[in-house]
Amino acid sequence: MRTSRRAHAALAMTAVAALALGAAGCGSGGGKSDNGGQSPGAGGSQSAVKLPDLHGQHLELAAVWTGAEQQNMQKVLNEFGRRTGASVTFTPTGDSESTFLGTKIEGGKPPDVALLAQPGVLDQFAQKGWIKPVNADVQAQLTANFSAGWQKLGAYNGKQYGVPFKAANKSLIWYNSAAFQSAGVSVPNTWADFLKTAQTISDSGTPPVSVGGADGWPLTDWFENVYLSQAGPQKYDELAQHKIKWTDPSVKDALTTLDQLFGKDQLLAGGHTGALQTDFPKSVTQTFTGNPPGAAMVYEGDFVAGFIEANTKAKVGTDAKVFPFPAVGSGKPPVTVGADIAVALKDAKGAQALLTFLASSDAAKIWAQAGGFLSPEKSLDLSVYPDDVTRNIAKALIGAGDGFRFDMSDQAPAAFGGTKGEGEWKDLQDFLANPGNVAGAQRALEADAAKAYGNG
Amino acid sequence: MSASMAAPDTAGPVTPPAGTPRRAKGITGTRPWVAALFLLPALVLLGALVVYPIGYSIVRSLYDAGGSGFVGVRNYGTVFSDSGTLTAVRNNAIWVVVAPSITTALGLIFAVLTERVRWGTAFKLVVFMPMAISMLAAGIIFRLVYEQDPNQGVANAVISSVHDTFSAGSAYPGARPRPGADLAPTAGGSYTTRSTVRPGTAALLPLVGIPQAELPSSAQQAGRPRGGGITGTVWLDFTPGGGGRAGVIDPGEKGLKGVTVQAVKVGRVVASAKTAADGTFTLPATAQGAQLRLPASNFAARYGGVDWLGPTLVTPSIIGAYVWMWAGFAMVLIAAGLAGVPRELLEAARVDGANEWQVFRKITVPLLAPVLAVVVVTLMINVLKIFDLVYIIAPGATQNNAMVLALKLYLTSFGGGNDQGVGSAISVLLLLLVLPVMIFNIRRIRREGRR
Repeated sequence: MRTSRRAHAALAMTAVAALALGAAGCGSGGGKSDNGGQSPGAGGSQSAVKLPDLHGQHLELAAVWTGAEQQNMQKVLNEFGRRTGASVTFTPTGDSESTFLGTKIEGGKPPDVALLAQPGVLDQFAQKGWIKPVNADVQAQLTANFSAGWQKLGAYNGKQYGVPFKAANKSLIWYNSAAFQSAGVSVPNTWADFLKTAQTISDSGTPPVSVGGADGWPLTDWFENVYLSQAGPQKYDELAQHKIKWTDPSVKDALTTLDQLFGKDQLLAGGHTGALQTDFPKSVTQTFTGNPPGAAMVYEGDFVAGFIEANTKAKVGTDAKVFPFPAVGSGKPPVTVGADIAVALKDAKGAQALLTFLASSDAAKIWAQAGGFLSPEKSLDLSVYPDDVTRNIAKALIGAGDGFRFDMSDQAPAAFGGTKGEGEWKDLQDFLANPGNVAGAQRALEADAAKAYGNG
Repeated sequence: MSASMAAPDTAGPVTPPAGTPRRAKGITGTRPWVAALFLLPALVLLGALVVYPIGYSIVRSLYDAGGSGFVGVRNYGTVFSDSGTLTAVRNNAIWVVVAPSITTALGLIFAVLTERVRWGTAFKLVVFMPMAISMLAAGIIFRLVYEQDPNQGVANAVISSVHDTFSAGSAYPGARPRPGADLAPTAGGSYTTRSTVRPGTAALLPLVGIPQAELPSSAQQAGRPRGGGITGTVWLDFTPGGGGRAGVIDPGEKGLKGVTVQAVKVGRVVASAKTAADGTFTLPATAQGAQLRLPASNFAARYGGVDWLGPTLVTPSIIGAYVWMWAGFAMVLIAAGLAGVPRELLEAARVDGANEWQVFRKITVPLLAPVLAVVVVTLMINVLKIFDLVYIIAPGATQNNAMVLALKLYLTSFGGGNDQGVGSAISVLLLLLVLPVMIFNIRRIRREGRR
């Protein structure tokens, strides 16, 4: 009784959302959305994916998202429901996703599909047999829409388990365009240019670079970008798996490069002591408030855009602009990424159908149009993104081909790459506190890595 | 329920099996098994919720991270060889000594003083209020209080405004010479020219690093000094929008008003001048052949306040937050004790000629001793398990400096370490540290019960 009522409500919601989507996508041709179940996808384009009929089935999808992200995901799920007849509910997992899913699975009630934010968790789940390999339909979509590098993020031991649905570009530097203008500088392409630009901005009286050193993770991201560009993807993978030690000369070079920025108080907002007391939210807000602003540039991923819109008066695209992380030395500009990978936790037709849909460009398009979303699909038309800033970020992401790398600290054991006041976070904070002590930082990093990876 | 209770009462005495002695009754006249029946719920609860977890923690501390491999006392070895744990033990010692004593002392002072004030109750209410909020909320409040930026942190706002009252700030904080200019950094943050000045040749002293928006509104286009004599210009050598030439006064570059320029001959100041609105200055003829120095007072950075949450002060700062919370608790208990102190004793002492300090020191405090002991011991137990304040207030960079055992225990077991073996070993260590205080407390309660 209760189930049927819930399904009814979900169907009603789906209908409403489908109407809204149709109206938004087609403009004048609003009548199309009334075509019923097998109508073309949102935006009026021909549907690129065939889905089975799942009338009467109920699916559950779990992900960390809340708020606007949850609403946008719900739009995607509603479209899936409209095409297949299944009802899909969204369950937010809270911050400790793997714990949430672990208890659900142990309790015998796993969601049908979950979105995992870390490839390490995917490996762990695959090892335990908690997630199911994708079927041929999903694989067909993956092959058509994704480059090999992205597909690999969802694979374990040669078997494909996951679909990378939502990507994050973590190699971006956001800047205050007024500060750049008053200093008379333009966007730098190389690390040397970047330092020179920073120096000129400093001469103009604006602190150039804002670093959120009170949180450890922005520091790990700084290091990863420099390292990926300077040492190359090969070394990056080796260091991520701790196959080479942190005492390696390549790490020394990267830290020395980083020291050209961290070691110069003129280049950091508040100097290195000030940077250590700046948490990530403040590092962004101070860059886009005040005249002169607290800083001219701040490094972090694409999610900064939403943060700027929500917490400052600056407009993304006019007051706040973005350029890709500059190339270090003779390397390519780095592209470090994050991704939410959809996996099936049940061996059922519905779960696989949902994965198929998520792997199609139809699903990506729905959220991409709503904003706050990057798709790793190479086949997605960039014109679906709502603004130039997002389009350029997506372009950089796709343009990296398979040269992108997943955030290194997110691949490491949590004790090393993901704990406040410990491991890499703490060691890089100490490095920021005592810039110049490259050898000391390397020793500390290696000691902590050996302990956390358990292979020292 | 009642039927089953009544049944043994009637059945018991009536049909004692022949040959067996009557079962003994306790001193209160109840049979042991009845007593056991009534004790059972409490025992089961205590066993399940207190004894079993303690026992299991001890067992768990002998196993590895996964919980399957027996490792003996190796976890304890890890605990004692880890410098982080030793910092935590040291900090716990500081906490146990400092926090309860300061809190109790403050509580005593408040209690004694409020007794004499007419608005005492209102005052007590205010001091007690922090007890009404959670440790978490208090932690968030004090995270803000200790914020470095004086515009945000109350503590630094007070300190820096006091500091600024006594020493005036500089006109151009953070300014520095244009790289490649004739100015070189010299002692104490000042800048001195390498060359010496001659009449007729104007000295150009370019500075950078000053935001255009922070120039005074009266700032003018930098001027070239006119007329003879020893002259020069101090100006902001940065054209808004870029494009200016280094070391040259370009159109649009502003003079810096009010900069002190000193003429120095072999380390001695022979003349001094201040720049005009267009940045020009003129020195008397005595300055001929001197080097020009821009003293540090022109550029001194703004006073940044105290680094409350830095490595050295973080533990005292957090203890401060704790005292703020718990002084009210100490005050209320002590005030209650104070109400029980016989007035006659105090009066008698006063009649005997004791002054107020002597009355307080020799009469009030000794009479309050039992209450003070209760407060101190309660706070000690409370402080040994301090966790929330440290977890919330200490920033990541100095969390290790502020580390306490309970936090270490949590971080090792769940917060990234995920080694519940070592975590259990720490919990056993914490238990051993709390035990003496507990035993002292139980003994004290027993003694009082006997009285």
